[in-house]
Amino acid sequence: MAVLKVTPSKDTPKRDIAASFGSHRLGLSDALVWALAIFAYFFLGAYHQLGTQVIIMIILALSLDLAIGYSGIESLGHAVFFGIGAYAAALFALNVLSEPLTGLVVGGLAAGAFGFVTGLLVLRVRGLTQVILTIAIGAVVLQVATTWKSVTGGDDGLAGYQVAPILGRYSFDLYGHTAYLYSLCVLAFVFALARILVNSPFGYVLRGIRDNDQRMRMLGVPVAARLLLIYSISAAIAGVAGAISAQVTGLVATDSLSFLLSGNVLIMLLIGGMGRLTGAFIGGIIFVIFSDRAAAIDPFNWLFMLGGLLILAVRFTPQGVGPWIDRMGGYLLDRRRKP
Amino acid sequence: MNSYWTTGISLLIDGLSFGMILFLISSGLTITLGVMRLLNIAHCGFAMIGGYTALSLVNHFGLGLLAALPIAVAITAILGAILERTVYRWIYETSALGQILMTIGLTFIMIASINAGYGSLTHTLPTPEFLAGAWHFEEISISAYRSFLSIVSLTIAGLIWYVIEQTDFGARLRASVDNPRMARCVGINVRRVFAQTFVAGCALAAIAGVLGTQMLPLQPYYATNYMVMVLIVVAVGGFGSLKGSLIAALGYSIFDTYFRYLFPAAGAFGIYILLALILSIRPFGLYGRA
Repeated sequence: MAVLKVTPSKDTPKRDIAASFGSHRLGLSDALVWALAIFAYFFLGAYHQLGTQVIIMIILALSLDLAIGYSGIESLGHAVFFGIGAYAAALFALNVLSEPLTGLVVGGLAAGAFGFVTGLLVLRVRGLTQVILTIAIGAVVLQVATTWKSVTGGDDGLAGYQVAPILGRYSFDLYGHTAYLYSLCVLAFVFALARILVNSPFGYVLRGIRDNDQRMRMLGVPVAARLLLIYSISAAIAGVAGAISAQVTGLVATDSLSFLLSGNVLIMLLIGGMGRLTGAFIGGIIFVIFSDRAAAIDPFNWLFMLGGLLILAVRFTPQGVGPWIDRMGGYLLDRRRKP
Repeated sequence: MNSYWTTGISLLIDGLSFGMILFLISSGLTITLGVMRLLNIAHCGFAMIGGYTALSLVNHFGLGLLAALPIAVAITAILGAILERTVYRWIYETSALGQILMTIGLTFIMIASINAGYGSLTHTLPTPEFLAGAWHFEEISISAYRSFLSIVSLTIAGLIWYVIEQTDFGARLRASVDNPRMARCVGINVRRVFAQTFVAGCALAAIAGVLGTQMLPLQPYYATNYMVMVLIVVAVGGFGSLKGSLIAALGYSIFDTYFRYLFPAAGAFGIYILLALILSIRPFGLYGRA
């Protein structure tokens, strides 16, 4: 793989070069998020179930960011992988083994395999056709799950499986304390993996494909194979998110495959900003907490507000709020440096 | 043997009428996709608004279904024109993904507004008295309303065909679909052609929304629940192809009706397998172009 070398010209300030390679460095927003997560564990015990929901959605949004933000694969059907991961983990716990970590792997592998197979179809086209294909695949799987009652439980959902303590020691409690830490650990692992991935030569190739696939093809990059690989990885991560959800809630409903979930994840990514990994965190936190609060008050007015916000957000902040937070961070740091 | 035929024919009428309703909704969407490359997720919302407007007219002003139809369609078309002038101007300017999100946002607003106005119960519009019941031809019994629906929508499909193939406006529209840049170069106001088509699409969706409440009952989540089906029809038919949408809509509903009758336990499964097959052979649809 060719290594990209940038020679700074004399009149380019070093800051600009650093800014364009900013993804290598852990920024202020990263530190803030992890600090918040640990703060929440110690001081917001009552909100651990909501916190777990936030974390699961962050993992799902991260997987979508790898596909849309970094590789330009326009998917509006990521809930499929989430749902397949959830059903796979639940069925595994029900029929084979109740050990949770193996369940995660099984959920991830099942979703990844499905991503590989559907990727063969979805990645043949681009743009709007791709979006519609992903929606259509979502509809097919949802239909299968609703119809195939003997395996999935249909509309009633799948429940009644037991999940063994993690590593044989930490059992899931009623208040969701273990679940919170468990999902946080998985998130840390997934986040580290995603960072390594996007900063590797493979990650740069993906961004090259996103920006100009023809050019990458001319440079000798096997575009179709690379896209299929990242689509499968992204699907597997979404499957892991689904598997956690199945394990900590003890229930898998057909909702986990729905178009609405796919749409919501995309909205989270839009709020936080795409192609920057941290966007998933910002969007996930804002979206899940706001929708939980607002839905508790009045679900339909919330829908109205969400719709309006969505239109205004796309119109006025197409990059999401992520860059604002970075800019604020940069501003604070600059002030500290200058006397 | 004879009973197979009678059942077969009533199922065909059911499938045909449902397919024509699907076609009326998808025709507007496929043109929007073809001309402006805009995936308008809110399109089914216009069918819903048409249906609910007719519901108001029937309940509060005591109009019959057929009297309420033109008024409801006109109101929806005006609303479509207003939105086209305002919100959709923003939507055209953003990226493909942004367009989808914005139209999802618009759909949410529609759902919330309908729910605030009409509640979350399911409604169907009353059938006119002279169309209630069924017609009997020897052993074959055919729902009168369904036959009426098939005839009306076939007439509308014929009208659409006439406008597109035989009129000046149709020529301008076809030019804009085939090559928007070239169309602009020869002096066609593509924006205006599109705006007119958009409004016409909203009106067609509204007709389907009013007449099709037996098959697609009115409820606030109408706009999202039936969208996937319409999108599938459009994808199988190919973007911008009305002929493709017509074939896909009829094929979808007739195949689905027969399949559900023959294998009730499998539900809508058959149609999706067929769909996956078609799209893996022709990813751009039956009449689509890359």
